[in-house]
Parts: sequence; structure tokens; C-alpha cells
Amino acid sequence: MTWSQMQPLLEQACIETLIMVGWSTLIAVAGGLPLGILLVLTDRHGLLQNTVVNKVIGQIVNVGRSMPFIILMVALTSFTRWVTGTSIGSEAAIVPLAISGIPFFARLVETAVREVDHGLVEAVQAMGGNTWTIVRKVLVPEALPSLIASTTTTVIALIGYSAMAGAVGGGGLGDFAVRYGYQRFDSELMWITVAILAVVISLIQFAGDFAARALHRRGARSGPGPTLRFLKAKDPAAGDVGKVA
Amino acid sequence: MITTSGLTKIYRAHRSSGREVTALDGVDLHVREGEVYGVIGQSGAGKSSLIRCVNLLERPTAGTVTVAGRDLTALAGRGPRAGRELRQARSRIGMVFQHFNLLSSRTVQDNVELPLEILGKSGKERSRKALELLDLVGLADKAKSYPAQLSGGQKQRVGIARALAGDPKVLLSDEATSALDPETTRSILQLLRDLNRQLGLTVLLITHEMDVVKQICDSAALMDRGRIVESGTVSDLLATPGSELASALFPVGGEASGDDRTVLDVTFHGDSATQPVISQLSRTYNIDISILGAAIDTVGGLQVGRMRIELPGRYEDNVVPIGFLREQGLQLDVLDREQPVLVKEAAK
Repeated sequence: MTWSQMQPLLEQACIETLIMVGWSTLIAVAGGLPLGILLVLTDRHGLLQNTVVNKVIGQIVNVGRSMPFIILMVALTSFTRWVTGTSIGSEAAIVPLAISGIPFFARLVETAVREVDHGLVEAVQAMGGNTWTIVRKVLVPEALPSLIASTTTTVIALIGYSAMAGAVGGGGLGDFAVRYGYQRFDSELMWITVAILAVVISLIQFAGDFAARALHRRGARSGPGPTLRFLKAKDPAAGDVGKVA
Repeated sequence: MITTSGLTKIYRAHRSSGREVTALDGVDLHVREGEVYGVIGQSGAGKSSLIRCVNLLERPTAGTVTVAGRDLTALAGRGPRAGRELRQARSRIGMVFQHFNLLSSRTVQDNVELPLEILGKSGKERSRKALELLDLVGLADKAKSYPAQLSGGQKQRVGIARALAGDPKVLLSDEATSALDPETTRSILQLLRDLNRQLGLTVLLITHEMDVVKQICDSAALMDRGRIVESGTVSDLLATPGSELASALFPVGGEASGDDRTVLDVTFHGDSATQPVISQLSRTYNIDISILGAAIDTVGGLQVGRMRIELPGRYEDNVVPIGFLREQGLQLDVLDREQPVLVKEAAK
């Protein structure tokens, strides 16, 4: 295939990936964030401790995460048709992508929110704050750098899943690499597409890391960072070795 | 201002295992309005549970807590969640923490504004109040900084400003100076003292450092294994013979030089401090007195002197000189060699 033939197809694939991953990420974040927070709140010693709710949500999340994406996609066919009116194409692929993204993101949110120092929660309780205030003003803002990193991970996972969206005619870069490259033994095309994917993913990772670090750096310690301190700590030891020699 | 009666807290490790830890065992505490009250004890004595029960961060198993005339335990309701009334009552009780507990995602000013946001104050009112409080604690220039850019002492000042945002009548201090160096500890305690005087703030603090009690407390209580062992105003405690707290607040050292000796701790305060009692004693009874140790200090704003002296002969031989010292209005503690209770350290 020549470049002039390839270019419009690649552009189309890029747009399809963007649509599928963009929408499914939005839905995964909108669904996974409350779910993840709820997992922390309803846990033992949580603010809304409720073993039954916690176990039920936990189990749903586990099932969601254990389902291979291709099976999930097929299993959801009728649900997808009910939601989008069709069971093929990029729009149809958004539904299973979003559904698999929700439990994925929920677990990441759970870990991020659990990391928030309980002392902060207690401080706001002592001020007379209710649970909603604690979620809004403590848990989410304090976990924000981790939440952004979790979103990055989710976007990248969804790009990976979207390669399988070809099974329902979803298109996208991954599907393009499989159909035009792999299945037609056009390895050049396949590697070009993979390279584009690699660049896209690197850019997303870089942007995500940058955002998370920028938030984290708010009020960064004015002293040297951990790396520098580590190097400094090594210095005297190096001196000792020199003396012995 | 703060009264607890029969306050009991029992922790159950697991519902099934039945292992129980009694953190508070019927604590009766009475903090008067406008005083600085210190609760001191070793770690595990139940201090932390006590202060956390006062604003019901920890639900007491039994007993009542009354703050500013309101029975908080009655507001608690059932279940672990705090109802509206309890939350309202909490917003009138300031609290400062050992590890400051400032939100790292907010600037200093926004941290101080947080309680005001919870109270539903308008933006203008919040920033006016926050800047006023930051000025009060001496951090007006740090309003736009983030907590991570501050030193420990500065963070605690922000914590104090935040605790005062809701115009509380009562301030709870949970080991507020335990993570700070001695110099910073002194300045934070001075700040608490000033606030106590300026605003008429009642302060209940818990600590494991005797120096904290010595520097700012009007009253103190010694806790051990979930119970209050001793309590009272610092001056009363110092005047109580055999008080563990008094001797820990004001220790004098020195060992007896032999078996047939009597060792006495003499405490001087008020007028008795100016009497030449030792030389009178020596001349009147013709005995040699050795001074083993002595100290003068300011405890709770009072000048107090304490001296450990040694008289020749056993206690039975010294009944008359001891009676003479008592007649001079001095407080005497006779040290029993078998059980040197007085030197037992309550804190370290």
C-alpha cells in the first residue's frame, strides 16, 4: 500500500481511536470515581462502614475486571444495541470499553484514596464536616495527583482494549494494525501503526506524569529532592572506602 | 467548661475474638472556664482516647461529656456517623494535632478558611477572618504558601489559626508540640498561653512532656492505665505532700549517704521561702545537715524552691527536728528508702 492510500485510512483510524478511548475514559472516570470512593468509605472503619455494600461492590468490580475484553464485548451486544441503537462501529465499541474501564479505574481510585492520611479526615470531622464535605474537600483534592496518574493508566489500558474493538467493526489504530498490517502480511504498515501507537501512548503518559507532578509539586519541599539526598548520603561512605584503601 | 463523668472507652479488637482493651476507665475530668488544663501520662495511658472522646471523634463506651453546658454524648445519636447537632457542636471546639493535619492541596490561607467553608461563610468573610487569624499567629506573610513550604512550628501555627476559625470557646490540643524541637515547643506554648489570655480560651491539652505542664498549665491531671491518678491546680498539687505529679514537675536528685540517715524533701513557696530555716534548725538542735540537692523554678507561674536534705540518724531520732520544720509552714516529704516513690518519673 502506498503512503497516499494509507494516509486517509490512518487518519480515520486515529479519529476512531480518539472517539472510542475519549468517550469510554470519560464514562469510566465518571463511574469509577464514585465507585472507588464508595469502596473506601464502606470498608471496615470507613466513614460509611457497610460490609454488605462493600462486599457487593467489590465483587462486581472483581467480576468486571476478570472478564476478558473480547468476551465482555460479545456478552454486552444486546445491551450495547439498547444504549446506542447499534451493535457495530466505533460508537458500539464505546459501551464495552467504558464498562470494562469502570471497575479498572474504581480499583485504582480505591488505592489512591486509601493513601490519604486519616489525620486529615479526622481534622475535618473535628471541624464539624460531614462525609460529603470530607469527600469533596479532603479525599478527592488530596488524592488528585494519584487520581490523575490512575486516569493515565486507564486511558492507556483502554487504548490497548480498543485494538480488539475491530471485532465489532469499531476500527481504530489497533484494529488497523491487525487488519491491514498483520492479516495482509504488510509488516511495514503494521510496524508503522504500532510506532504511531507507541508515540501516542508515550505522549499520554508524559502528559499524565507532567500533570500529576505539577499538582504534587504544589508546595514542594524547598530542599533537595529524594534523589539528591540519596546521592549525598552515599558520599561519606565513599570517603570511608577511600580511606581504607 | 469541659466535664466528663464516668467516661469509659473499651476497644474490641475483633467482634469474634472478644479481646478487649480498656483505654478509659471511668474518667472524671473537670476543666474550668479560661484555664489551661494539662493531662499527662505515658503512651498508652489513655490520654489520646480521652481528648478524642471530648469532641466525640471517638465514641465513649459509657459516661458523658459536657462541653460549654451541652451534653455531647446525648447529641451523638446511634451509629458511627455524626448528626447535624453534633457537627455543629464540634465546629465550636477547636482542635490541634501532633502532626498538624493540614491539607497539602491547599494554601495556608485556604487551610484556615476550611472550617469557615464548612460553616457556610461567604468568600469575603472567610478571607478576612483567615488573614486576621494568620496575623494573630504571626504568619500573615505566609498566606499564599503551601504547608510543605513551612517549618514544623509554622505548620502548627497554621493548625492553631485553623482551629480558631470557628471562634471556639474550647481548644483541644492533642500532643501539639510533641513533633517539635524544644525551642519551637516553647514558642508554640507561648502562643497558646497568649491566646488563652487574650481570647479567654479554655485549653485542654494532652502531652507526655512535663515541661509543657510546667510552662503553661493552670491545672494538671496524671493519667495511668485509663484512670486519672491525680488532678488539681498546679499550685495545689505542689502543696500536696507525696504528690507524684508535683515531684515529677519539680524533681530534686540526691541519694542518702548511709543507712542511718533521714532524707527529707523540703518545698518552699510563698513566705516560707524567705525564712532561714536550715540554719535555725542546725543551731537549735545542734545537728549537721547535708544538702543533697536543690532547685528553684517557676511552675505554673509560681516561684517554688525544693531542697533535699539529709539529717543524721533514723526517722525515729529526728521526730523533733521534723516537727520544727513543719511548724515553720514548710511542706515536708520524708523519703522512705524502701520505696522511693517520690522520684518516680511520670513522664519520660
